[in-house]
Amino acid sequence: MLEYLQQTWPTLWPTLAAIGVILAFVPVLGLYMTFIERKLAAYVQDRVGPNRVGPFGLFQAIADGIKIFLKEQVIPDHVFKFLYFVAPSFSLMTAMFALVVMPFGPVPTDYKEGFRYIVAPGIDIGIMMMIAISSLSAYGIILGGWASNNKYSLYGAIRSCAQFISYEIPLGLSIIGVIAAAGSLNIEQIVANQGGAFWNWNIFWQPLALLVFFTSALAETNRLPFDLPECEQELVGGFHTEYGGIKFVLFFLAEYTHVVTVSFLTALLFFGGWHFPGLTGPVDSSLFGMLLRAFVLVFKVCMVVVFIMLLRWSLPRFRFDQLMGLAWKGLIPLGLLNLLCVAVVLTLDLPKHLLAFTALFLFVGSLISARHLQSTINRPRSEGRAILPEGSI
Amino acid sequence: MTTKKTKTIKWGEEPKLGWKEAMYLPAIAGGLATALKHMFTVKTTTRQYPEVEPTIPQNYRGVHRLNRDEEGRVKCVACYMCQTACPANCIEIIAAPAPKDDPYWKDRDKFPETFTIDELRCIYCGMCEEACPVDAIELTSIYDLTGFTRQELIFDKEKLLSVYDETSKTGKDPVRTNRGELGPAAEEAKTASQGPLPPGRGTPG
Repeated sequence: MLEYLQQTWPTLWPTLAAIGVILAFVPVLGLYMTFIERKLAAYVQDRVGPNRVGPFGLFQAIADGIKIFLKEQVIPDHVFKFLYFVAPSFSLMTAMFALVVMPFGPVPTDYKEGFRYIVAPGIDIGIMMMIAISSLSAYGIILGGWASNNKYSLYGAIRSCAQFISYEIPLGLSIIGVIAAAGSLNIEQIVANQGGAFWNWNIFWQPLALLVFFTSALAETNRLPFDLPECEQELVGGFHTEYGGIKFVLFFLAEYTHVVTVSFLTALLFFGGWHFPGLTGPVDSSLFGMLLRAFVLVFKVCMVVVFIMLLRWSLPRFRFDQLMGLAWKGLIPLGLLNLLCVAVVLTLDLPKHLLAFTALFLFVGSLISARHLQSTINRPRSEGRAILPEGSI
Repeated sequence: MTTKKTKTIKWGEEPKLGWKEAMYLPAIAGGLATALKHMFTVKTTTRQYPEVEPTIPQNYRGVHRLNRDEEGRVKCVACYMCQTACPANCIEIIAAPAPKDDPYWKDRDKFPETFTIDELRCIYCGMCEEACPVDAIELTSIYDLTGFTRQELIFDKEKLLSVYDETSKTGKDPVRTNRGELGPAAEEAKTASQGPLPPGRGTPG
């Protein structure tokens, strides 16, 4: 046993260290993202946000954390005890499990021993595993809704289930183009493929894929424009109505972990990962180069996170039929269209920046379907008439 | 039966979506632009309350005070008008005959031995100051009334007089004070200033 450990130690310790980094950072990140989100929301709404605890309210996150841990654990009588406790932890577990193949810093494609900013370097099914695991996160929500033994929670969970199933299709479709271009499922390989000048980044020749990917990934995180599983007006609190204290926070943490995952994926797959004008080419393994590249990646991720938060405070929510309509009538056709174009360009060996014109397809397609969308997305079954109180018009 | 009602219903059309809205993207860009514009607006609408206190209008109905006359005595003549007018029954007065041999009280018949207001029961309607014939009770603009016990917030005569001292010192007199006497009896006293003043009412200052 000891001998086996000694043998595997050189490959074991970088993995353990990376796991440690993820385990340490995810809760802190979750706490501080709530803080940043609150501040950002405040700025967007012309307020000042939390500013009481510590300088600029910086310790608010810590105070929140302490408060959450000290809260009373209320367990309603009518819940299924076992599933009730399993659901939040399962939710967070799947969210963190998806981070296993996620490089959070530069990883050279020729993997050598030593710390490499990733738990499992050189995994050849990388992105596939990521999608598979993130699909599992629907389980946490559904379990939570079911265990709550409460019809509103269950409705929320069912909605979320439908949403996850619908949006996984465009998510996969948009990634296939990227995978096909890189010729690998390995995330490090995909990033290395964008390693040249910055116009080699996937966004510049697959903008349509980015749009489809980002929209459906946002839906997978259950965040605001798509936060149908939780809805105060219709569903009380949605799937977490019966959850309080630390159990609720685990759900919350899972949501923020998803946001981080999505931001990392967006940065890695479409924005060139750790590459930057002046930082091109393969990764050199000097400490400074590594840190600089890690900084570039984290910077890009932060930009995406801020963008996601801004979206939350600028968009109204979707109605459920609009949500489904967007996925099935909007994103899936666009994803297929994009895939077709990528296939044509790659097969005929055309200059790949021709693909950027797929964005044009988006506009033309939208123009054509605008009339159709008007009658179907906005007005589902009613004849476009509503009962208005007297004197309102 | 119900068909009668339908005549009053007006049918309205939903606003139609143009191609811009149906495409989502231009609309989203517009929303983001609005959010960003507000994000970089320095001016906030938040009030930094405990640090910066708001200016309360002088006709605000806050904590009561019992006014003093120019000799420093309590202005109240213990007529029970406010106690009678109070809809919340929060005022309790016990009157006592003024000591006639004391030169300090020589122009008074009665004075309040105790004057208690339960600030927790009070609904701050201002009826007491409307009712007061001598403008002795007034509502100040003090709004941040707090205490650790209920007993603390039952104000007696000394406490109410101290509220007067405090507010008149800091210049936070209610607007009525600055406007002169407003009680009906006080008005009458002004018009009938040729005659002798009714007992218990000092000359207006």
